[in-house]
Amino acid sequence: MGSIKREAFLLLEDGSEFRGQAFGALRSSSGEVVFSTGMVGYPQSLTDPSYRGQILVLTYPLVGNYGVPAMKFDRYGIPLDFESEKIQVSGLVIAQLSEEPSHYSAKRSLSSWMEEEGIPGIAGIDTRALTQILRERGVMKGKIVVASSSAAGGQKAEQSLGEIQDLDETNPVAEVSCEVPKLYRTNPKAPTIALIDCGVKANILRIMLDRGANVLRLPWDSDLKGIDCDGIFISNGPGDPKTCTKTIASVRRALQGDTPIFGICLGNQILALAAGADTYKLPYGHRGQNQPALEVGSQRCFMTSQNHGYAVREESIPHGWEPWFVNANDGTIEGLRSRRRAFSAVQFHPEGCPGPRDTQFLLEDFIDEAARQSSNRRKA
Amino acid sequence: MKKPEKVLVLGSGGLKIGQAGEFDYSGSQALKALREEGVKTILINPNIATIQTSEGMADSTYFLPLTPEFVRKVIEKERPDGILLAFGGQTALNCGIQLYDEGILYKYGVEVLGTSVDAIRLTEDRELFAEKLHSIGAKTPRSVAAVSVEEAKNAAVEIGYPVMVRAAFALGGAGSGLCKNEKQLASRCEKAFSLSPQVLVEEWLGGWKEVEYEVVRDRFDNCITVCNMENFDPLGIHTGESIVVAPSQTLTDREYHMLRQVALQVIRSIGIVGECNIQYALDPASEEYRIIEVNARLSRSSALASKATGYPLAYVAAKLALGASLVEIPNKITVATKSCFEPALDYCVVKIPRWDLSKFKEVDTRLGSEMKSVGEVMSIGRTFEEALQKAIRMTGMGARGLSDEARLLGPDFESLKTALRQPTDRRLFAVYRAFAEGWSVEAVHKATKIDPWFLGRIAAVRKIEEKLIEVGKGKKPRGQAYVELIRSAKRSGFSDEGLASILGQKEQDIRAFREAKGILPSVKQIDTLAAEFPAETNYLYLTYSGTKDDVSPSGAGVMVPGSGPYRIGSSVEFDWCCVNAIQTARKLGRRTIMVNCNPETVSTDYDVCDRLYFEELSLERVLDIYEFERPEGIILSMGGQIPNNLAMKLYDSGAVVLGTSSSNIDRAEDRNKFSALLDELGVDQPEWKDLTTADEAAQFAKSVGYPVLVRPSYVLSGAAMNVAWDEIRLRKFLSLATELSPEHPVVVSKFIENSKEIEIDAVASRGKILFHAITEHIENAGVHSGDATVVLPAQRLYIETIRQIRRITEKIAAELEITGPFNIQFIAQRNKIKVIECNLRASRSFPFCSKVSRVNMIDLATRAILNAELPKTSSSALDLPWVGVKAAQFSFSRLHGADPILGVEMASTGEVGCIGTDLDDAFMKAMLSVGYRIPKKNVLLSTGPLQDKIEFLDSAKKLTSMGYELFASGGTARFLNSNGLACTRLAWPLEKAEPNIATMLKAREFDLVINIPKNNEEKELKNDYLIRRAAVDFNIPLFTNIKVAKQFIDALESHKAKGFEIKAWEEYR
Repeated sequence: MGSIKREAFLLLEDGSEFRGQAFGALRSSSGEVVFSTGMVGYPQSLTDPSYRGQILVLTYPLVGNYGVPAMKFDRYGIPLDFESEKIQVSGLVIAQLSEEPSHYSAKRSLSSWMEEEGIPGIAGIDTRALTQILRERGVMKGKIVVASSSAAGGQKAEQSLGEIQDLDETNPVAEVSCEVPKLYRTNPKAPTIALIDCGVKANILRIMLDRGANVLRLPWDSDLKGIDCDGIFISNGPGDPKTCTKTIASVRRALQGDTPIFGICLGNQILALAAGADTYKLPYGHRGQNQPALEVGSQRCFMTSQNHGYAVREESIPHGWEPWFVNANDGTIEGLRSRRRAFSAVQFHPEGCPGPRDTQFLLEDFIDEAARQSSNRRKA
Repeated sequence: MKKPEKVLVLGSGGLKIGQAGEFDYSGSQALKALREEGVKTILINPNIATIQTSEGMADSTYFLPLTPEFVRKVIEKERPDGILLAFGGQTALNCGIQLYDEGILYKYGVEVLGTSVDAIRLTEDRELFAEKLHSIGAKTPRSVAAVSVEEAKNAAVEIGYPVMVRAAFALGGAGSGLCKNEKQLASRCEKAFSLSPQVLVEEWLGGWKEVEYEVVRDRFDNCITVCNMENFDPLGIHTGESIVVAPSQTLTDREYHMLRQVALQVIRSIGIVGECNIQYALDPASEEYRIIEVNARLSRSSALASKATGYPLAYVAAKLALGASLVEIPNKITVATKSCFEPALDYCVVKIPRWDLSKFKEVDTRLGSEMKSVGEVMSIGRTFEEALQKAIRMTGMGARGLSDEARLLGPDFESLKTALRQPTDRRLFAVYRAFAEGWSVEAVHKATKIDPWFLGRIAAVRKIEEKLIEVGKGKKPRGQAYVELIRSAKRSGFSDEGLASILGQKEQDIRAFREAKGILPSVKQIDTLAAEFPAETNYLYLTYSGTKDDVSPSGAGVMVPGSGPYRIGSSVEFDWCCVNAIQTARKLGRRTIMVNCNPETVSTDYDVCDRLYFEELSLERVLDIYEFERPEGIILSMGGQIPNNLAMKLYDSGAVVLGTSSSNIDRAEDRNKFSALLDELGVDQPEWKDLTTADEAAQFAKSVGYPVLVRPSYVLSGAAMNVAWDEIRLRKFLSLATELSPEHPVVVSKFIENSKEIEIDAVASRGKILFHAITEHIENAGVHSGDATVVLPAQRLYIETIRQIRRITEKIAAELEITGPFNIQFIAQRNKIKVIECNLRASRSFPFCSKVSRVNMIDLATRAILNAELPKTSSSALDLPWVGVKAAQFSFSRLHGADPILGVEMASTGEVGCIGTDLDDAFMKAMLSVGYRIPKKNVLLSTGPLQDKIEFLDSAKKLTSMGYELFASGGTARFLNSNGLACTRLAWPLEKAEPNIATMLKAREFDLVINIPKNNEEKELKNDYLIRRAAVDFNIPLFTNIKVAKQFIDALESHKAKGFEIKAWEEYR
């Protein structure tokens, strides 16, 4: 409080306009505008590579309360409290910004972190009204425009929406994937997972490593041929799965073998596409921490963390595959698996971060399956 | 799982501190859920003012005490095959466990539905509980169970002082507290052992954050957390006494999900089926946590969580108890989604307790691990500041929001330092005051341990107020900057009235200004999914942080403001009236709009009305809603005094007030106008006068003769109303408790001794009475009508008295052209009738009179108000072939030091109503329902002045002939002995001699104490106080009113001869 705020605007493709105050980096930015209903975990969300290129709207109105922790790394060299090493969103839209955070782990405020990373934010927005627009008209492109002069009455910069880069045309996965392969730990007795990095979240890596696996992290377009592994993992990531043709092709080849495959989020879509199914864009996606995923054929329902704009088309699921989980709210596919082999994937995020980890066991089960594979191979 | 056919639901009885209206909400939801499933329901609950005991809720309703003995009798009669224990608080749970242990449930084949008794027991026995939690790696505070003071002392040494002492199996934290040394420990243990055989000595976690989760699990092991909440006050203050915020504000994703994960593990390992609450302490400086408590039942917190999220916890819990899965139950708000999800909030919720400590003499106002509050409010906003300031106003403590006014610091205020360190019901104002005096967030945090985030938001409010103060001093910023200042003030929760007082303007001017500038609140929905799915929800609130309304105006319908927080004098009975008015209006095809801010109520269930505004009951907010919705009118006569007080203001603002006209309401409310009206009608009233100086008051009192009733219009502290028996006390009272001035006069009226108090509850249409119920009090006049024991139909009135009362009532109704409910109170000496009060609204006895007479007087009143067709009913409740008795429920055991004596100020927190074919039966059931027990052997008497001793003699003889052994203080013993009754004389507590009353009280040698207070000597008063207080502290039934004591002994005699009548309400026809 106290300091004079720069005015900012959020402009949407459909002509809607919201006025608020700028925070973070005082610069304009564009991207696909999406909303998330999660109530905690902005450090994790903002660094989630799946949000690459998107302007994130948080429906929970009070943001920044516990500040932002220092960037620290665990024993594997993976960031703690963040899902990657930098902010991935193009911008953040919130109702009320906390400028005086309170938490023992807080090293800076949300606003100063975003400023350091060059990411703009806009506060003072009726994010509920904005969410309703996105829900009704579907996600759309938008732009945060910071007024050129300070304080109220500042001139709105003349900006056209035409400059907004089209997410669907670029390949954001390439931007967030690792550039060269990286091997985490080499334990000859442990199973090795080939992790196709389409923008993998830190906690996925951590869970695998904690479960005792060796992880070989590969760029998204790597050829799996000749790679010796006990399990193949296809990670989460941003954008339209169909742009990842190289990954799809690579996975399609892997489906000829019998190495266990598991995927999360974008990985679920890529696995489906590789198997011959189709994907489509949801009107406004699933982003939040309270999505109920029903295990097909049981009475079990799991709370899941989600962040995706695309889904697997149910009717397109080919012979030999079956839906594994469905969303209890809207019936969309939340996971699929092969009827014959250890190929499966889920649309939600078992690793949480942010969000519940009620399904973390799925990821652990996969590592255990790879371990069995590994010991079988050794016996053979 | 086989679905049961007939299910017994246990309620929670009269509202008391620690167990209040939330169980009307949970029981009602359970009954609705059972009914939907086609299950027959039986309900036991003596709380006659509840919605759950209304027609159409249970198939059979028993207004009986919630004791194992009575429940067994109902089971024998009704033969249910299932029982729900989780919907009636600790009372129902304890009762159920006892029946289970005694083998009654097994014997009659009654299955405990939902969470099993073994699982409940696990959560109730701290040792078993801690063992279980440790087995799954969950952390609990170090705790040692003790069954003697010696054991407790050893445990405390082992753990290290300070320690927390709790009584096991006690509701609302009764008997618990912090002990810093051995002396405190010993005295605390003594009290705790009077409540429970086991005491727990625990590690002290003062200053840790307190966080709660509400968890739901089905029998398929699906498990979710519906809501988490963070206490504004750190650990050390009972969660019922804390300001609570939902969702948590200062927890990171790691902390939030760590505690959530532990919650799921714990609840799964215990095997809860249904709803449960888990409370944590979280270290503010690390990720260390401790599990404080698990409540394997619906609780105060779960009611709050339901209202905070829109997730109907009790309804879902009941369905799960019947074997449903979370996946099957539709989300009632969105309809499109299922109940197996965790609500996402896009707003902030603040709960503030409502205390009424100023109503009690000698009471300790410090807050701690025991509950003292009598109710609570909940507010919703899109900023914490907005929600907090709204909530402060909702409590009705007279604050315009956060404010540094000295009077808000309370009468016992010494210094800011103490007020911040030692939490009382006023600490929030001390925090604000500290910021006003320039304290830093850090300094206030150090003194209070309240998280700096919360404090920072409060400091921000102060900064805005400072800017406003500058404006008030004439430094008005120009143009848009001023508009933006007002806008930011509104976003931070300032009311128009608050702004007006800071800026030195009128409330209407502020309103006009902001309307002109377009500073208007937006209407937002609570939809459980943060707008992710389109929801047809009608659950609404208003915020200034919005640019768009979620709904469009109704343009029709009826608006019913509710009764606000439960407090002494206004409780669940008014919620019953509001809900019934809404139900009738809906039946008549009207659209209904409810406004209320109390999370414990049924009126705030969004399926009760067409639109629910969880909002303030202030003029500003009611008008905001009225202007937005444009209904046909407002009904103000259902929610008690709060809506009634808005009548003139709303009328002046141009709103349509339905029913009796606002100007006639004013004629009844304004003492001068009403007095003139009575004179005009030739109706008698006690002599009274408005006085502005103590001398005038004394002169007037002398002229009418003592005693006089003194009613100050402006109260600084202590009791608002009092009876003065002589000039010394009149002057003392006036000098201590009031500010006397022409602006704040005192009303002194003649207090008429030895007279009966009679009330009439009636409904009229255009001045003609449609139905009336005349009730009499068992106590003589002088006991507040809310504390009195009330009988319907009146059993002991002269026909002539009844005739006169009717005549007077007719005259008043005609003169004020009453349309709707009203209540008049009379005092009668022989056949001389005087009017003492008249309210042109439903009174607290409307549900009682409606249920006993089986004429729904609110339905009738609502029809009259809406000008609809009236059903045929009898014209009065005079000739019923049964009797109803309403008795007050007190909570003195929770209010340390408070003198449990009755007077002109109301002290009870709740009530019960029981029905019997004769007075004695109904009376005894009512007494047992409020916690009296049939005495076994020893009775202590001290029966006050000679006149009372004589009056009581007959009853003493009855006690002797029933085989009771009598003990008495000096004078009473002498009197009884000289009248030929055997009686042991005991020394007074202040005497050193033995056998002493105090010693025997402590040893719990008495089964009943009858102590009739005198009004003379100081020492005797002190002795009497010590006896009464000890009786309360050691949980021994106590009577302080001679008429009630006598009636009790008569009923005891009758009970010994005839036993109890066990009949459902539905059978009295």
